[in-house]
Amino acid sequence: MKMLIVDDSFVIRKTIEKYAAELGIKNILTASNGKDALRIFESESPSLVTLDITMPEMDGIECLEQIMKIDAHARVIIITALKDNATGLLALKKGAAGFLLKPFTPEQIRDEIAEVTGGMI
Amino acid sequence: MTEQEVKYFIDVVVNYFRDISGEPSEMGIPFVKEKETMLLDYTGLIGISGAKKGAIYLTASKEMLGEITSILLGDDDPGEELIVDMAGEIANTIAGNVRENFGASFMISVPIILKGCPDDVIIRMVPPIFIIPIKWRKHSAFLAVGLE
Repeated sequence: MKMLIVDDSFVIRKTIEKYAAELGIKNILTASNGKDALRIFESESPSLVTLDITMPEMDGIECLEQIMKIDAHARVIIITALKDNATGLLALKKGAAGFLLKPFTPEQIRDEIAEVTGGMI
Repeated sequence: MTEQEVKYFIDVVVNYFRDISGEPSEMGIPFVKEKETMLLDYTGLIGISGAKKGAIYLTASKEMLGEITSILLGDDDPGEELIVDMAGEIANTIAGNVRENFGASFMISVPIILKGCPDDVIIRMVPPIFIIPIKWRKHSAFLAVGLE
Protein backbone atom coordinates (compact mmCIF):
# COMPACT_ATOMS: atom_id res chain seq x y z
CA MET A 1 0.00 0.00 0.00
CA LYS A 2 1.17 3.50 -0.87
CA MET A 3 0.38 6.30 1.59
CA LEU A 4 0.76 10.09 1.36
CA ILE A 5 1.11 12.14 4.56
CA VAL A 6 0.38 15.87 4.15
CA ASP A 7 1.12 18.25 7.01
CA ASP A 8 3.17 21.45 7.26
CA SER A 9 4.60 20.22 10.57
CA PHE A 10 7.74 18.10 10.21
CA VAL A 11 7.21 16.53 13.62
CA ILE A 12 3.63 15.50 12.76
CA ARG A 13 4.70 14.03 9.41
CA LYS A 14 7.35 11.98 11.22
CA THR A 15 4.89 10.90 13.92
CA ILE A 16 2.23 9.70 11.47
CA GLU A 17 4.92 8.02 9.38
CA LYS A 18 6.15 6.13 12.43
CA TYR A 19 2.69 4.85 13.36
CA ALA A 20 1.86 3.95 9.75
CA ALA A 21 5.12 2.03 9.40
CA GLU A 22 4.27 0.12 12.58
CA LEU A 23 1.03 -0.93 10.86
CA GLY A 24 3.08 -2.40 8.03
CA ILE A 25 2.75 0.42 5.48
CA LYS A 26 6.12 0.56 3.77
CA ASN A 27 5.67 2.94 0.86
CA ILE A 28 5.15 6.32 2.54
CA LEU A 29 5.36 9.67 0.77
CA THR A 30 5.14 13.09 2.43
CA ALA A 31 4.25 16.67 1.49
CA SER A 32 4.23 19.88 3.54
CA ASN A 33 1.51 21.77 1.65
CA GLY A 34 -1.54 21.18 -0.51
CA LYS A 35 0.11 22.06 -3.81
CA ASP A 36 2.92 19.53 -3.40
CA ALA A 37 0.38 17.00 -2.15
CA LEU A 38 -1.71 17.33 -5.32
CA ARG A 39 1.33 16.92 -7.54
CA ILE A 40 2.35 13.76 -5.66
CA PHE A 41 -1.21 12.43 -5.60
CA GLU A 42 -1.48 12.75 -9.39
CA SER A 43 1.87 11.11 -10.10
CA GLU A 44 1.90 8.42 -7.41
CA SER A 45 -1.79 7.53 -6.89
CA PRO A 46 -1.51 6.65 -3.18
CA SER A 47 -4.18 4.36 -1.68
CA LEU A 48 -4.42 6.47 1.46
CA VAL A 49 -3.87 10.16 2.23
CA THR A 50 -3.70 11.88 5.61
CA LEU A 51 -4.34 15.59 5.21
CA ASP A 52 -3.89 18.53 7.56
CA ILE A 53 -6.13 21.56 7.02
CA THR A 54 -4.14 24.63 8.10
CA MET A 55 -1.23 24.70 5.67
CA PRO A 56 0.59 27.25 3.49
CA GLU A 57 0.17 27.44 -0.31
CA MET A 58 -3.09 25.47 -0.42
CA ASP A 59 -5.11 24.47 2.64
CA GLY A 60 -6.35 20.96 3.30
CA ILE A 61 -10.00 21.58 2.38
CA GLU A 62 -9.10 22.91 -1.06
CA CYS A 63 -6.59 20.09 -1.51
CA LEU A 64 -9.28 17.56 -0.53
CA GLU A 65 -11.64 19.01 -3.15
CA GLN A 66 -8.96 18.71 -5.84
CA ILE A 67 -8.07 15.16 -4.81
CA MET A 68 -11.71 14.10 -4.98
CA LYS A 69 -11.95 15.61 -8.49
CA ILE A 70 -8.99 13.48 -9.56
CA ASP A 71 -10.26 10.32 -7.84
CA ALA A 72 -13.74 10.32 -6.34
CA HIS A 73 -12.91 7.10 -4.47
CA ALA A 74 -9.73 8.43 -2.83
CA ARG A 75 -9.37 7.49 0.83
CA VAL A 76 -8.51 10.67 2.72
CA ILE A 77 -8.24 11.06 6.50
CA ILE A 78 -8.31 14.67 7.71
CA ILE A 79 -5.98 15.12 10.70
CA THR A 80 -6.36 18.60 12.14
CA ALA A 81 -6.32 20.64 15.33
CA LEU A 82 -9.48 22.51 14.25
CA LYS A 83 -11.89 21.26 16.90
CA ASP A 84 -15.20 22.72 15.79
CA ASN A 85 -18.15 20.80 14.44
CA ALA A 86 -18.41 22.84 11.25
CA THR A 87 -14.91 21.92 10.09
CA GLY A 88 -15.44 18.21 10.68
CA LEU A 89 -18.77 18.26 8.85
CA LEU A 90 -17.30 20.26 5.97
CA ALA A 91 -14.44 17.78 5.54
CA LEU A 92 -16.81 14.80 5.50
CA LYS A 93 -19.13 16.61 3.08
CA LYS A 94 -16.20 17.24 0.74
CA GLY A 95 -15.43 13.53 0.66
CA ALA A 96 -13.08 12.74 3.55
CA ALA A 97 -13.31 9.13 4.67
CA GLY A 98 -12.12 9.87 8.18
CA PHE A 99 -11.48 12.71 10.61
CA LEU A 100 -9.02 12.75 13.48
CA LEU A 101 -8.29 15.56 15.91
CA LYS A 102 -4.86 16.64 17.11
CA PRO A 103 -3.42 15.82 19.52
CA PHE A 104 -3.90 12.16 18.71
CA THR A 105 -2.70 9.02 20.43
CA PRO A 106 -0.91 6.16 18.63
CA GLU A 107 -4.03 4.02 19.12
CA GLN A 108 -6.32 6.63 17.58
CA ILE A 109 -4.26 6.97 14.43
CA ARG A 110 -3.77 3.24 14.02
CA ASP A 111 -7.51 2.64 14.49
CA GLU A 112 -8.43 5.38 12.00
CA ILE A 113 -6.03 4.08 9.34
CA ALA A 114 -7.23 0.50 9.87
CA GLU A 115 -10.88 1.55 9.62
CA VAL A 116 -10.49 3.70 6.51
CA THR A 117 -8.37 1.12 4.68
CA GLY A 118 -10.75 -1.67 5.70
CA GLY A 119 -7.95 -4.10 6.46
CA MET A 120 -6.19 -3.53 3.10
CA ILE A 121 -2.80 -3.20 4.78
CA MET B 1 -10.84 38.90 26.50
CA THR B 2 -13.15 37.70 29.22
CA GLU B 3 -12.22 35.52 32.16
CA GLN B 4 -14.20 32.70 30.55
CA GLU B 5 -12.24 33.05 27.31
CA VAL B 6 -8.93 32.79 29.20
CA LYS B 7 -10.31 29.65 30.84
CA TYR B 8 -10.98 28.12 27.41
CA PHE B 9 -7.26 28.37 26.67
CA ILE B 10 -6.30 26.96 30.08
CA ASP B 11 -8.58 23.95 29.56
CA VAL B 12 -7.12 23.27 26.10
CA VAL B 13 -3.55 23.41 27.43
CA VAL B 14 -4.36 21.07 30.35
CA ASN B 15 -6.00 18.62 27.93
CA TYR B 16 -3.08 18.87 25.50
CA PHE B 17 -0.46 17.77 28.03
CA ARG B 18 -2.74 15.06 29.44
CA ASP B 19 -3.46 13.66 25.97
CA ILE B 20 0.09 13.85 24.65
CA SER B 21 1.93 12.55 27.70
CA GLY B 22 -0.61 11.00 30.02
CA GLU B 23 0.81 13.32 32.66
CA PRO B 24 -0.77 16.33 34.32
CA SER B 25 0.35 19.90 33.83
CA GLU B 26 -0.15 22.75 36.24
CA MET B 27 -1.39 26.17 35.19
CA GLY B 28 -0.19 29.15 37.19
CA ILE B 29 -2.31 32.21 37.81
CA PRO B 30 -2.64 34.15 34.54
CA PHE B 31 -1.27 37.67 34.56
CA VAL B 32 -1.41 40.60 32.19
CA LYS B 33 1.44 42.20 30.28
CA GLU B 34 0.76 45.41 28.40
CA LYS B 35 3.60 45.53 25.89
CA GLU B 36 6.79 43.55 26.17
CA THR B 37 6.93 39.87 25.33
CA MET B 38 8.58 37.08 27.29
CA LEU B 39 10.26 34.48 25.12
CA LEU B 40 12.11 31.28 26.04
CA ASP B 41 14.23 29.09 23.69
CA TYR B 42 11.60 28.44 21.03
CA THR B 43 8.27 30.08 20.33
CA GLY B 44 5.36 29.10 18.12
CA LEU B 45 3.25 32.10 17.11
CA ILE B 46 -0.22 31.92 15.56
CA GLY B 47 -2.02 34.90 14.06
CA ILE B 48 -5.75 35.09 14.70
CA SER B 49 -8.29 36.71 12.40
CA GLY B 50 -12.03 36.59 11.80
CA ALA B 51 -14.30 36.77 14.85
CA LYS B 52 -11.26 37.55 17.04
CA LYS B 53 -8.14 39.44 16.05
CA GLY B 54 -4.65 39.26 17.46
CA ALA B 55 -2.24 36.44 18.17
CA ILE B 56 -1.28 33.72 20.58
CA TYR B 57 2.12 32.23 21.23
CA LEU B 58 3.52 29.29 23.12
CA THR B 59 7.09 29.72 24.33
CA ALA B 60 9.09 26.90 25.92
CA SER B 61 12.57 25.64 26.66
CA LYS B 62 14.44 23.38 24.29
CA GLU B 63 14.45 20.68 26.96
CA MET B 64 10.68 20.70 27.38
CA LEU B 65 10.01 20.62 23.65
CA GLY B 66 12.61 17.86 23.30
CA GLU B 67 10.84 15.68 25.86
CA ILE B 68 7.44 16.18 24.18
CA THR B 69 8.96 15.36 20.79
CA SER B 70 10.58 12.25 22.28
CA ILE B 71 7.21 11.07 23.59
CA LEU B 72 5.60 11.53 20.15
CA LEU B 73 8.33 9.84 18.19
CA GLY B 74 9.60 7.34 20.74
CA ASP B 75 13.07 8.70 20.05
CA ASP B 76 15.32 9.87 22.90
CA ASP B 77 17.32 12.13 20.61
CA PRO B 78 14.89 13.65 18.09
CA GLY B 79 17.22 16.36 16.78
CA GLU B 80 17.04 20.13 16.63
CA GLU B 81 14.82 20.47 13.53
CA LEU B 82 12.02 18.40 15.05
CA ILE B 83 12.29 20.10 18.44
CA VAL B 84 12.01 23.56 16.86
CA ASP B 85 9.00 22.45 14.81
CA MET B 86 7.32 21.16 17.96
CA ALA B 87 6.90 24.74 19.26
CA GLY B 88 4.83 25.61 16.20
CA GLU B 89 2.82 22.43 16.37
CA ILE B 90 1.85 22.91 20.02
CA ALA B 91 0.76 26.50 19.32
CA ASN B 92 -1.20 25.34 16.27
CA THR B 93 -2.93 22.60 18.26
CA ILE B 94 -3.91 24.93 21.10
CA ALA B 95 -5.24 27.59 18.71
CA GLY B 96 -7.10 24.97 16.67
CA ASN B 97 -8.58 23.16 19.66
CA VAL B 98 -9.95 26.36 21.16
CA ARG B 99 -12.24 26.68 18.12
CA GLU B 100 -14.48 24.25 19.96
CA ASN B 101 -15.41 27.29 22.06
CA PHE B 102 -14.89 30.20 19.66
CA GLY B 103 -16.32 28.52 16.55
CA ALA B 104 -15.16 28.22 12.95
CA SER B 105 -14.92 32.00 12.49
CA PHE B 106 -11.89 31.95 14.83
CA MET B 107 -9.37 31.79 11.98
CA ILE B 108 -5.81 30.65 12.69
CA SER B 109 -2.67 31.16 10.63
CA VAL B 110 0.10 28.67 10.00
CA PRO B 111 2.67 28.90 12.80
CA ILE B 112 5.67 31.21 12.76
CA ILE B 113 8.55 29.80 14.76
CA LEU B 114 10.98 32.03 16.63
CA LYS B 115 14.32 31.01 18.10
CA GLY B 116 15.31 32.91 21.24
CA CYS B 117 14.49 36.63 21.34
CA PRO B 118 15.21 37.95 17.84
CA ASP B 119 15.75 41.73 17.72
CA ASP B 120 14.26 42.10 14.26
CA VAL B 121 10.89 40.52 14.99
CA ILE B 122 7.99 42.49 16.40
CA ILE B 123 5.15 40.39 17.75
CA ARG B 124 1.98 42.36 17.14
CA MET B 125 -0.53 41.30 19.74
CA VAL B 126 -3.62 43.08 20.95
CA PRO B 127 -3.15 44.23 24.56
CA PRO B 128 -3.88 43.36 27.25
CA ILE B 129 -1.80 40.22 26.73
CA PHE B 130 -2.74 37.41 29.09
CA ILE B 131 0.19 35.21 30.08
CA ILE B 132 -0.70 31.73 31.31
CA PRO B 133 2.22 30.04 33.11
CA ILE B 134 2.48 26.30 32.39
CA LYS B 135 4.39 23.74 34.41
CA TRP B 136 4.88 20.23 33.00
CA ARG B 137 7.31 17.78 34.57
CA LYS B 138 10.10 20.06 35.82
CA HIS B 139 9.71 22.53 32.95
CA SER B 140 8.10 25.94 32.68
CA ALA B 141 6.49 27.41 29.58
CA PHE B 142 4.11 30.26 28.83
CA LEU B 143 1.06 30.68 26.67
CA ALA B 144 0.44 34.31 25.69
CA VAL B 145 -2.98 35.35 24.39
CA GLY B 146 -3.63 38.81 22.99
CA LEU B 147 -7.02 39.06 21.31
CA GLU B 148 -9.67 41.68 20.80
